[in-house]
Amino acid sequence: MARVDLWNPFQRTDEEVLRLAGTYGEVITMHEDTSSTALVTIPSHHAEASCASVLAVEDLTVSIGGRLLLQGVTFALQPGQLCGLIGENGAGKTTLLRSLIGVQPSPHGQVSISGLAPRKSRDLVGYVPQKINFAPDLPLRVYDLVQLGCDGHRLGPRWFSRRLHQQVQAALDAVGAQDFAYQRIGELSGGQQQRAVIAHALARRPRLLLLDEPLANLDFRSANELAGLLGHLTRVHGLAVLVTAHDMNPLLPVMDHIVYLAKGRAASGGVREVVQSATLSKLYGYPVAVIEYGGRVLVLPHADAQIGEDGCYLMPNGSASGGPA
Amino acid sequence: MFDTFMIHTWIASTIIAATAGILGFFVVLRRSAFAAHALPLATFPGAAAAQLLGIQPLWGLLGFVTIAVVLLHQLQKLGRKDVAAGLVLVTLLAVGSLLLSMTNTYAPAVFSLLFGQVLGVSAADLWPVAVIASVVLIGAMGLYRPLLLQSAFPELALSRGISAGVIDILFLALLGLVTAMAMPVVGALLVFSLLIAPAAAAQSLSARPLQALLLAVMFSMGMIWLAIALSFWTNWPIGFFVGTMGALLFTSARMFRYIRHRWFSTGLPTTMKNQSMKLIPAAQPGEA
Repeated sequence: MARVDLWNPFQRTDEEVLRLAGTYGEVITMHEDTSSTALVTIPSHHAEASCASVLAVEDLTVSIGGRLLLQGVTFALQPGQLCGLIGENGAGKTTLLRSLIGVQPSPHGQVSISGLAPRKSRDLVGYVPQKINFAPDLPLRVYDLVQLGCDGHRLGPRWFSRRLHQQVQAALDAVGAQDFAYQRIGELSGGQQQRAVIAHALARRPRLLLLDEPLANLDFRSANELAGLLGHLTRVHGLAVLVTAHDMNPLLPVMDHIVYLAKGRAASGGVREVVQSATLSKLYGYPVAVIEYGGRVLVLPHADAQIGEDGCYLMPNGSASGGPA
Repeated sequence: MFDTFMIHTWIASTIIAATAGILGFFVVLRRSAFAAHALPLATFPGAAAAQLLGIQPLWGLLGFVTIAVVLLHQLQKLGRKDVAAGLVLVTLLAVGSLLLSMTNTYAPAVFSLLFGQVLGVSAADLWPVAVIASVVLIGAMGLYRPLLLQSAFPELALSRGISAGVIDILFLALLGLVTAMAMPVVGALLVFSLLIAPAAAAQSLSARPLQALLLAVMFSMGMIWLAIALSFWTNWPIGFFVGTMGALLFTSARMFRYIRHRWFSTGLPTTMKNQSMKLIPAAQPGEA
């Protein structure tokens, strides 16, 4: 049996914590170890915004047709935080996101986005739904989609406005979509379409970005590039991002928080607390191995995995699953 | 061809073609071609009902189109859009067959309701056409952006607070108005071909929404003008020309697009340009 120490490559030094905090200019809660949660507060020029959560969910309960989907979900998201939302199929991830944008009927409990109710804070939230099917004949370019992100809810004809144009350009720049901004959206690759939808969501400069399975159907490169983009949006633009993903591997390097849903209940923690073989296996009800390979932590479904008492993955000798011995 | 009795025909059909082009753009975008087919046919018994009640045919048509729109909207809420359209179509056609058997409408009148009566437009017929067309034009202009967003991306529209139900009923109401206005002139079957073919052709030619919309209006007007002229010279039914020209227009638009892609694109799609590639060393089997 070879024992793998999983968290070494992920350990952040004090300098790194300070650097990250400086970039975010916000309060950062680091979950380095479970025994003592370190709170690093850095005075910044955004002092007035620093303490307020962008998203605060308190005791959220949602039931559809008598079936309890979410029960007492509580968590908060700070600016500059990239938070994963995980759980098995039907755990209520999409329902939770829909409650956050105020389209889920009859939720109980409290959701506040920068202190406002979801229905009143639509300008503060960008939403990227699960895979959209773009018909190849759709008469819309990426530019038009982003423009609709700015003013799609307004009545009356649209007059030319330089401000609108600049707003669209800024959103296109933020996701790196300038190269294909004037192409028909249905003819782009899956990764480019996903970028276009994110630009649409960013058009009104939201503080919170919600993404529902953005990595589904993307190839390795697109998935990694998209994860990098999300990391960039949180670090550089100070956005709070909540993203659901079944394959969390591309997101692990940029994610700093995880909310997990199981049987309607939610719990949250730092990435290093949650991404443990024992925790994930219990959560998904299926053996999941967390291994380290090439300096990165990876999550793999593994029917033969054995889990030690301390939550570490024990690799059977001669197994082909890799990882340094 | 441009005699005084023909002038009304030209004006009415131009207005009808323009409004049908505008709404057709959204019909194709929303993929509700079947609903656009069902509405005119479900409205068709309205004329028979009007005759039974002794009122103006337009009121009968407006009454039936209202019933059809409300039914369609309610059924669509329950689930599948295509099934809803089909149910409305058969239900109201069934009512229509009963109403037609109760009146002593003779076959040519039914025929003209289905295939139109373009050459018999009077000055009095122009007023309702103009009024309804202005209402539809103002409605479509006001709703342009939410309707565009909701038709193309319902999920994104929902997150912006645009209600699918409200947009759907407003759109069906506009479509119903166009149907009731156009039916006595161009017929139940012709409305459908004016709604679908020009818009589908325009959308495959232009990637800009407003450009595609205007192109759809131009195609629609061009189609009906040509059809009237050809019908006038050949004495063949106008429905034949509109229907076949619609199919021809769509096919040529697709062919044009295919040729443009095939011959004038630069080989590689632009997705491959400007993308830095980072090489990741492949894992060696002997490692670990």
